[in-house]
Amino acid sequence: MIGISPVSVSHYLVVGAVLFVTGAVCMATKRNALGVLMGVELVINGANLNFIAFGSKYLRVESLGLDGQLIALFVIVLAAAEAAVALAIALNFYNNHATIDVDQASELKG
Amino acid sequence: MMLLAAFDFDWHAFFFMFFALLTCGFALAVLFTSNIVRMAFYLILSLGASAGLFFLAGAEFVGAMQLMIYVGGTLVLLIFGVMLTAQSRFVTMKTSSGEWVMALVLGGALLFLLLTAAFRVGDWRTGHPNPANVGLAESKTTTQIGMGFTGVRVDKLDAPEGSTLVSGMSGYLLPFVIVSVHLLVVLVGAAYMARTKRRASSAGVGA
Repeated sequence: MIGISPVSVSHYLVVGAVLFVTGAVCMATKRNALGVLMGVELVINGANLNFIAFGSKYLRVESLGLDGQLIALFVIVLAAAEAAVALAIALNFYNNHATIDVDQASELKG
Repeated sequence: MMLLAAFDFDWHAFFFMFFALLTCGFALAVLFTSNIVRMAFYLILSLGASAGLFFLAGAEFVGAMQLMIYVGGTLVLLIFGVMLTAQSRFVTMKTSSGEWVMALVLGGALLFLLLTAAFRVGDWRTGHPNPANVGLAESKTTTQIGMGFTGVRVDKLDAPEGSTLVSGMSGYLLPFVIVSVHLLVVLVGAAYMARTKRRASSAGVGA
């Protein structure tokens, strides 16, 4: 009826690809440092969705099994750590330069 | 239940479509809005809807962790960052149209590449012939994930002798310990870096 029955790994990969590309374009176009961080979160989430899809027993007969879910959990924890560090860097930048525009962060330019 | 079955309606496909459209739509909203506060809100909705996709794929523990750690922790952290830096001139920052064109052309090419790759492998495309036949006991993964983190793979007890599943090295105990120590170090380092520094010039006034 909806046209995608049965739901397969490919459909999950499409959603993951859209999330990945959206995040990558977000990282490239946003001028606010926190907007760039949100792009990173979208990219990580898209990759995580692919791990879950390949580990699911409902989408394929021969699935990745539990490893997909375990790796997805590690990715979630590492994303949390990454967000904490990147936010600390952004706040430090904001305190020192009174701006959050990534185009202004040109002190390290050679 | 029997009433629903009588309609022969594919609820799996329906809910997949529902959550997939929410996830992709709010991700695109994050991209195309230029207000940083709205971006944060759309990101919460997008990641929450993708937790629905996790539940739908049978990963209920990961879906719950997505809601608790990602939506409840990481994004609250991001929103605190937005609030701490939300001066009026940083709330809306426009990107030049030349950069938009360049990024959208490159992003479209990348999306085309990924979509063709997603439908290239036949085994990924066909799907499970009868997902209703997957046993309910098989689908409860929380205990298996907990045992996997302590180093025991209860889901692979019937693996043949001499396979790669060596006893004592098959689980995820060592990565689990490493990632927990990593998280501790990262949080200490982040707290150290983000602390308020007293300027040397204003030390006498502010202290």
